[in-house]
Amino acid sequence: MIISVASGKGGTGKTTMATSLALSIDRARLADCDVEAPNSHLFLRPVFEPDDTITMPVPQVDEDECTLCGECAVICQFNAIVTIADTVMTFPELCHGCGGCQAACPAGAIEEGRRTIGTIQHGRCNGLDFVHGRIRIGEAMAPPLIRQIRSRINPDETAVIDAPPGTSCPVIAAIKDTDFVVLVTEPTPFGLNDLKLAVETVKILKIPSGLIINRSDIGDNKVAEYAAMEKIPILMEIPYNRQIAEAYSRGEPVVEAFPEWRERFEKLYADICNLVAGSKS
Amino acid sequence: MKELVVISGKGGSGKTSMVAALSQLANNPVLCDADVDAADLHLILSPNLKESHEFTAGHTASIDLEKCTRCGKCIELCRFDAISPDFVVDPLECEGCGVCYYFCEEGAVAFPENLSGHWYMSDCRFGPMVHAKLGIAEENSGKLVTVVRKEAAKIAESNGHEMVITDGPPGVGCPVIAAIGGASGVLIVTEPSLSGRHDMERVLELARHFSVPALLCINKYDLNESISEGIRKFAEQHNVPCVGQVPFDPAMTKSMVQAQTLFEYDPNAPACTAVREIWARLREEVV
Ligand code: SF4
Ligand code: SF4
Ligand code: SF4
Ligand code: SF4
Repeated sequence: MIISVASGKGGTGKTTMATSLALSIDRARLADCDVEAPNSHLFLRPVFEPDDTITMPVPQVDEDECTLCGECAVICQFNAIVTIADTVMTFPELCHGCGGCQAACPAGAIEEGRRTIGTIQHGRCNGLDFVHGRIRIGEAMAPPLIRQIRSRINPDETAVIDAPPGTSCPVIAAIKDTDFVVLVTEPTPFGLNDLKLAVETVKILKIPSGLIINRSDIGDNKVAEYAAMEKIPILMEIPYNRQIAEAYSRGEPVVEAFPEWRERFEKLYADICNLVAGSKS
Repeated sequence: MKELVVISGKGGSGKTSMVAALSQLANNPVLCDADVDAADLHLILSPNLKESHEFTAGHTASIDLEKCTRCGKCIELCRFDAISPDFVVDPLECEGCGVCYYFCEEGAVAFPENLSGHWYMSDCRFGPMVHAKLGIAEENSGKLVTVVRKEAAKIAESNGHEMVITDGPPGVGCPVIAAIGGASGVLIVTEPSLSGRHDMERVLELARHFSVPALLCINKYDLNESISEGIRKFAEQHNVPCVGQVPFDPAMTKSMVQAQTLFEYDPNAPACTAVREIWARLREEVV
């Protein structure tokens, strides 16, 4: 089973929840798919294995073979390859690696090169298997790296995915085809606005979901009202607590800083299992 | 005309509340919400909509099963596994690369442009505002960011506004890259936590990568004074001006709940003094 932890808005405590949930499951994996701002390792402090460099295909043009016919530029939807005067230019950072130019080139002048988009690292901590990815600074395309992390998850294991914030392609790549989405929000107008977007995203993907309301007493009641209207179960509410905020700042997972919370996270996992079983029957 | 882009690497550091507060201190600025994926600034600034524009970007393939001869060429060539064995394109997987469209000999593939979102021109109580809404589960957020920034710059240029203040997206990927390129300066709003610091370092590296001058401020600095101290030292070592720090102040959240800026909610709140100081330093550094 794969449980993803997401939030429309960043900074709602998504990583705290993901790490504490994973630590409360017997033999789980945590996969941090927030490749732009990976933070889970700061809480779990895994012992890392050497990292793998992740690459994507990019075209490499053999100028001697190229007849400057311009067909590659016709097929490329991303302006990543163009013919200018008497040369072909590629813009690797715009390339989506679709292979279209190579397939279309009548002269066979294009070969496949690689460009580095980031790294993936595995590690272990407290009986937990850990994997995360880091996008190379200056690289725009997160989804291919996220898909690579997803491919490292064994389909038979229980995994918790720490998803990136937002509602666009990186989130889709992280949560698509997972069994359940935990949405973490806070009871403020920003929290509610971004939660609605996240709920729409989850609906498009047809994944069952539940809500954690973090800092549940700092704002108003509108998130709870919205959840009731949308029939999204509220799995947990965590009032604001300066000690929790301080433990967070030091990178301590809630269940480790406050062992009394472990039971609640174990129950959270049991509740999720029940909801998943219910949604499948 | 100057453009200040406020970013944070990590969400939830108070970036949008900061932008709203600065909007009030600035002299007739143009406001730009470039966090198109999860736009929030309008919740405080309550803009009056003047114009709405469609944003089209990218394409999605679809196969006409009447014309399709099931030759299988498209499935073989699609690198994104977007076409099912019964020749149906999954729009969420389709990258819009057009390879199937190009190679289908039967003309069975349609490849229309996507309506990916909307962008708006508005007025709010502090000046003109350009903002946008990316459709749910859409791609091309970077392109939409570029559109709103261009429109905001146009307004500023033609009406003689001194400054555009842009609320930037989180992370370091495509939308942020689109948000900071060519800006006069970025203000990184960070918070004193290991995560906040880690993400600040990454976004700073990004600003350096694109040669955009970066400034730093620390929100809720008193939540962990020793990490704040570490952040200030780091900034000094890397020649990043730290333009101020804001204490933890419930007025930050409470003002947001009331759809007000910090100064509208409580001009005597402790955070106000700090934000005024930050603005004074920003003016020196950027304007
Ligand atoms: S399609 Fe091939 S031959 Fe034609 S311009 Fe491109 S690289 Fe050169
Ligand atoms: S691989 Fe695709 S995206 Fe990259 S240059 Fe070739 S056609 Fe363009
Ligand atoms: S290439 Fe065209 S005809 Fe062949 S299977 Fe695909 S859509 Fe059908
Ligand atoms: S446009 Fe590209 S990604 Fe989409 S279905 Fe066709 S080949 Fe696949």
